[in-house]
Amino acid sequence: MQLLNTFLIGLTAGAIYALMAIAFVLVWRSTRVVNFAQAGMALLSTYFGYEAVSRLGSFWIALPVAMIGGALFAALVEFTLMRLLVKHASSGPIAGVAPIIATLGLLGVIKSVVTMIWGGQDLVIVAPISNNGFKINETTTLVFSPLKLFILVVVLILLIILTILFQKTNLGLALRASAHAPEIARLSGIRVDAVRTLGWALAGAAGAVAGLFQTVNGNGNFSPDSTEFSLLLVSGFIAAVIGGLDSLLGAVLGGLFLGIAISFVLMYVSSGLFFIAPFVILLLVLFLRPQGIIGVKVGRRA
Amino acid sequence: MSLNVSNLTVHHGAICAVNQVSLAVPTGTLAAIIGSNGAGKTTLLRALSGLNKPTSGVVNWMGETITGVKPEKLVRKGISHVSEGKSVIPELTVRENLELGAIWRKNSREMKVSLDQVVTIFPRLGERISQRSDTLSGGERQMLAIGRAIMSKPKLLLLDEPSLGLAPLVVEQIFQTIKDLTIQMGLTVVLVEQNAMGALKIANLGIVLNLGKVVAVDHAQALIQDPAVRAAYLGY
Repeated sequence: MQLLNTFLIGLTAGAIYALMAIAFVLVWRSTRVVNFAQAGMALLSTYFGYEAVSRLGSFWIALPVAMIGGALFAALVEFTLMRLLVKHASSGPIAGVAPIIATLGLLGVIKSVVTMIWGGQDLVIVAPISNNGFKINETTTLVFSPLKLFILVVVLILLIILTILFQKTNLGLALRASAHAPEIARLSGIRVDAVRTLGWALAGAAGAVAGLFQTVNGNGNFSPDSTEFSLLLVSGFIAAVIGGLDSLLGAVLGGLFLGIAISFVLMYVSSGLFFIAPFVILLLVLFLRPQGIIGVKVGRRA
Repeated sequence: MSLNVSNLTVHHGAICAVNQVSLAVPTGTLAAIIGSNGAGKTTLLRALSGLNKPTSGVVNWMGETITGVKPEKLVRKGISHVSEGKSVIPELTVRENLELGAIWRKNSREMKVSLDQVVTIFPRLGERISQRSDTLSGGERQMLAIGRAIMSKPKLLLLDEPSLGLAPLVVEQIFQTIKDLTIQMGLTVVLVEQNAMGALKIANLGIVLNLGKVVAVDHAQALIQDPAVRAAYLGY
């Protein structure tokens, strides 16, 4: 029973990391930037969701509000800050790292602004459905709850929507072509700039869901300095790297793998390894499979 | 004249890669631009399709000035560019690579018609339609790159070194296909080639580029006979 519990807790946490990893991958694929501000964007979106809950009283409205808010904010960041940076720092020794450093700076800015608007204290989003475990019989109760089941179902639905978008639509073809070969995409008539903005927007929406779920799957409390969001940043990034950073499928597998692995380490090794476990797992994966768990070894054209 | 270039100059940083180039290509003409490595052929072609921004000069297409217009806009005006080095996206399937060429038309029925047309021209692509394109041979990839360009219904086709890295027999096939396409589809073609003999044999018009300047323009057949061109570019 403990084994099953550990697995299901890990699976749920992993599904949330997978969403965050998807956000990293979408941004990386569209602009070759590791967006460390992703956690800040998820945080801001969670505050959007909080506002929606407190004004309209419904988590079900808060979820799409957070997603749309997160998408618009991410699109705005790409359209203004990132484009400007790429344009003005396109050569010289720091050209490659300038945008990444900028995302770190942006993370700080978002946290400060959020603190100014909402204050630094803990706010609460109440979970829409029970986080008390399913009862198997009179004596045994799972840790796995209706809320966790709901989270898994929503993540699964989002993954199916994303898969259809990427594999079956012209927009998805444009997103993939722009990611793999921007020049060929342009020669085919695709407005690669617009596609990049869209990639960031999708990432913003995925990060928003991750932020809300991370909050309600914990104790519902969140603040600009929540460890929940630091954990989300670290785990989401590591999951993306484990998955090869370029692959959406890899991000999902990386997230689930990381969530389950951490869950088992915390249960069977030591619960004090909360922040160390993801890094150790990352190092192990990098040593054993440097191309990521589903990455291919062949060199990719620039 | 459908394509008119006058005094076009393109820089790569401080280096002047294309220097005051003027040329005119009438509708339905297959023009071959030959010249040694570093002559500025690729840069010239990239300036025509909008990938490189010219420093000065004018490009005119069908009576419209298109200097410095972005490639994604020029596709919509009937200009298709197949860039150097088997320009296909290896991560996509053959079908996806082809569909990419018609993606701007936003019309799935037309896309299907063009797809059938390309598969008729290149039956090999039809056989491999669901495969990832990195499983194709070099010749098949070049067919796919040209097929993608045809999917966008071009009037002007810009081809950069389609023979690069291909076996002689395959090169011959590709050149023959280019010639057939030009005639059948009424295309205007600008073909940039290191393989000067192969290119001049199928071309109507020959243009020799050296150090960024046009040094000779003539009927392709006349250039093949020209002793200076023979010595410098045809190797006999």
